[in-house]
Amino acid sequence: MTSNEKGGWKTLPMGAVVLEPGSSLKYKTGDWRAFKPLVEKEKCVNCLLCWIYCPDSAIIRTEKWVEVNYDYCKGCGICAHECPKEAIKMVEEQK
Amino acid sequence: MTVEGMTGDEAVAHAAKQSNVDIVAAYPITPQTIIVERFSKYVADGEVHTGYVCVESEHSALSACVGASLTGARVFTASSSQGLALMHEMLYIASGLRCPIVMGVANRALSAPINIHGDHSDMMGSRDSGWVQIYVENAQEAYDWTIQAFKIAEDKDVQLPVSVNLDGFIITHCMEGVDVLEDEAVNKFLQTRKPIFKLDPKNPITVGALCFTDYYYEFKRQQVEAMCHVQGVLEKVCKGYKGVSGRNYGVLETYGMEDAQAAVVCLGSTAGTAREVARKLRAKGKKVGVVKLWLYRPFPAEEITAALGHVKALAVLDRAISFGASYGALCSDVISALHTLKEKPHIFNAVYGLGGRDIQPSDIEFVFNEALETAKTGIVKEPTMFLGVRE
Repeated sequence: MTSNEKGGWKTLPMGAVVLEPGSSLKYKTGDWRAFKPLVEKEKCVNCLLCWIYCPDSAIIRTEKWVEVNYDYCKGCGICAHECPKEAIKMVEEQK
Repeated sequence: MTVEGMTGDEAVAHAAKQSNVDIVAAYPITPQTIIVERFSKYVADGEVHTGYVCVESEHSALSACVGASLTGARVFTASSSQGLALMHEMLYIASGLRCPIVMGVANRALSAPINIHGDHSDMMGSRDSGWVQIYVENAQEAYDWTIQAFKIAEDKDVQLPVSVNLDGFIITHCMEGVDVLEDEAVNKFLQTRKPIFKLDPKNPITVGALCFTDYYYEFKRQQVEAMCHVQGVLEKVCKGYKGVSGRNYGVLETYGMEDAQAAVVCLGSTAGTAREVARKLRAKGKKVGVVKLWLYRPFPAEEITAALGHVKALAVLDRAISFGASYGALCSDVISALHTLKEKPHIFNAVYGLGGRDIQPSDIEFVFNEALETAKTGIVKEPTMFLGVRE
């Protein structure tokens, strides 16, 4: 999300109030990320340990391997740490 | 209107009663106790509809006030000294969440050593907390400003908490005649609070959400803007209140400033003494004046410049110390307000009255004479003097 899309002080609701209930999914926390997990599909055995450990539920399950939801992945690296096949690498974000 | 004998604390409690407060959450502390004690009696006697929340500390008191205020209620509390210090964390939350709470602050020295008497150390220590700060001179002003404070706080362009500061014991505990409005007049003046948003189960909102590097700064900028609106709103409120009460308030009050060559700037009850000394000196042909600030935060820099820019010498009285700073808080603010002037007054700071030590007319006369001497010579002998301290 660009800084313009987030709104400026003149347009944001007073006092940081969130006026729309159930709207947390709209806050894309992916841009907090300093390191990005990259999944090597060939190495992934779809054991789903990363899916279990991911604190942000940002691992997406597919038939044969896992993918990452970069809208919400904060880049904590737990998935890479837990992966028994070293199929996930943390790569510095290019900003 | 009727005149009733009451102390400053009683005047604040009476004003809060007439302001139809929905919730009071408070914890007693000398010299504020009488405010909430008196209010609890109104509740017990059924004189008010207010919900009174007894809490275990000042931190909890202001926390409860924040929660209540977010539901759209009109909220009042009071504190002092160590109690205000314990509230410190919540002061920022009240202003950051834009809760228009009104708090009576019975200004008192901070420990250690322990002391229960009046000085401005408590609220001066919280001057960056985002609260509007008003300082009153006597019980009448304490009454009038408490009512006006709700109107300022709850204005749609402000939505900030307001503290009404009264000098511990000198104002809080001295009995004076207070001209009290009819309940109906206060009702009509204040009306009910119209919250911009509120916690309501039927229309859920989130309050106090996490704001990191990408949002926090914008909300602080909003608070700056709200502070910028305070002065205009205050003047409008004071004009309206004059229509109801006949009493005229604003951001500051001047005495003898038209032709003054030397002046004293101060807050609170000391202004009365300073005016009386100035009156006597002026009768002897000495051109001295007094500027008393009602509004301290936001600091009315333009009005200060207009009132003081022309004098040759200026003494700023601070009833608190800002340890390690060049000057007391008020003096620093006055200096920064005047710094853009090409020809500035010579300014010095006089710290006084810590821990409730009396300030005598002779002390203020000494300050005036020093200021007159500085006006003549252009030399500031002592940038900061400590009035009345034993060597």
